[in-house]
Amino acid sequence: LVCLVMYLFAEFDDAANLLAANPDATTISIDEPVEIPKNQHSRLQESGREEDDELLGTDDSDKTELLAGQKKSAPFWTFEYYQTFFDVDTYQVLDRIKGSVFPVPGKNFVRLYIRSNPDLYGPFWICATLVFTIAVSGNLSNFFIHLGKPTYHYVPQFRKVSIAATTIYAYAWLVPLALWGFLMWRNSKVMNIVSYSFLEIVCVYGYSLFIYIPTAILWIIPQKVVRWVLVMFSLCLSGSVLVMTFWPAVRDDNRRIAVATVVTIVLLHALLSVGCLAYFFDAPELDFPAPIIPAHNGTTVVTRSQ
Amino acid sequence: FAGLADVSISEDIPVEGEITVPVGSHSPDEDFSTLDEPVRDTILRDLKAVGKKFIHVMYPKKSSALLRDWDLWGPLVLCVSLALMLQGGSADSKDDGGPQFAEVFVVIWFGAVVITLNSKLLGGTISFFQSLCVLGYCVLPLTVAMLVCRLVLLAGAGTVSFIVRLIVVVAMFGWSTLASTAFLADSQPPNRKALVVYPIFLFYFVISWMILTFTPQ
Repeated sequence: LVCLVMYLFAEFDDAANLLAANPDATTISIDEPVEIPKNQHSRLQESGREEDDELLGTDDSDKTELLAGQKKSAPFWTFEYYQTFFDVDTYQVLDRIKGSVFPVPGKNFVRLYIRSNPDLYGPFWICATLVFTIAVSGNLSNFFIHLGKPTYHYVPQFRKVSIAATTIYAYAWLVPLALWGFLMWRNSKVMNIVSYSFLEIVCVYGYSLFIYIPTAILWIIPQKVVRWVLVMFSLCLSGSVLVMTFWPAVRDDNRRIAVATVVTIVLLHALLSVGCLAYFFDAPELDFPAPIIPAHNGTTVVTRSQ
Repeated sequence: FAGLADVSISEDIPVEGEITVPVGSHSPDEDFSTLDEPVRDTILRDLKAVGKKFIHVMYPKKSSALLRDWDLWGPLVLCVSLALMLQGGSADSKDDGGPQFAEVFVVIWFGAVVITLNSKLLGGTISFFQSLCVLGYCVLPLTVAMLVCRLVLLAGAGTVSFIVRLIVVVAMFGWSTLASTAFLADSQPPNRKALVVYPIFLFYFVISWMILTFTPQ
């Protein structure tokens, strides 16, 4: 250590001597602006996992996160900052939708499709479409269920659109916010290998809601069995996308907390779909024709229950 | 700037010239002040501009007149008349009926603003008010459809009238979407056209749904 210090002093001496010899020489000092990219903390957590792990899709490295910080450099009060969230082409949006509907086991939706380019186009317009699809389908299904009853008068029920909009947009923004906060808090306690930015979580949630659009249209069919089969099916698909995305982010944590997190994610998702089915779609009434009762004098009486 | 220190103007070069600013070419507005014209001319000029744009919407061909001289009078008139015609629907309770006047207004204007922002964020080159102007003017076919629906409903509310209304609304919905796409599609980057057209489709679909589900008292 003393040698190092002596060496450093010698260097300074040399520089001072040079400067003393030629006082008019211009000295150039290079100021390195210390720019901290947005995801600087992810570099600290990077482990030495190999590239081929990422190809397998089973392990996640944060190497792609390194490039993310260089993109969004405009300050947040300019229009260009928000344009970076809409930097997607048509085929990319279609690919992401396809990835949310056909989940490949083992592949992570965020790593495979989003690749550090989260967009807000998909989540926003999928939620808007879902709001109007649920409201319109609910109205149509109520119309078909009550058609033919003499006391029924059709009403458009436009107020339900605002209720649907509030529910779905609250789910698509507040649940990712809570989940992101929770993951950040766990990250400070346990060094997790995988961490997602807030926009990536919003993106995953937004695209995972896409499966509910055809489901809501098919809910017009007034059969209870059909509706519940649809609920299960869509929950499996979109739930598996969410589980496969968030399991790598919590699996290094305490086993109980990891399982509880994943179960909560799936439960909230199920609550959304069941709640929408219960509120916007009236229950189809069961209409069983009663069995034929043979009367004593030979004539048959058929009673029909309401 | 040591090198320039020895430049000076020698005294035998006269400095002369004029300081007055030459008056530019007379534009028609400056010669013809609109303050002095009769009020009828002012109103008629604006009405003619609005009428010309209505005709452009009904026969959409690629012209830049709609885009260049935007105005929001037409959209306002269309929105107010559509919202007024959607009133008077039947409902058991206030919550179950058709859209209120304010709801129609908010859906149309907020929807148009959101679509404009969406197309600008995706990299479109059209300006904010031009896009609002086009989207507002292209509500004209749907307003005509609403008028036709109300007239048909005066005659009766059975299945036949529903089928007639359905056909009219679907046709006008297609016309609106095609008209606005014809005006707006050119200003988008080519590999994002579908991303911009889809919200316009959703917007006119919602307005068509409001028109089709209108049931009178």
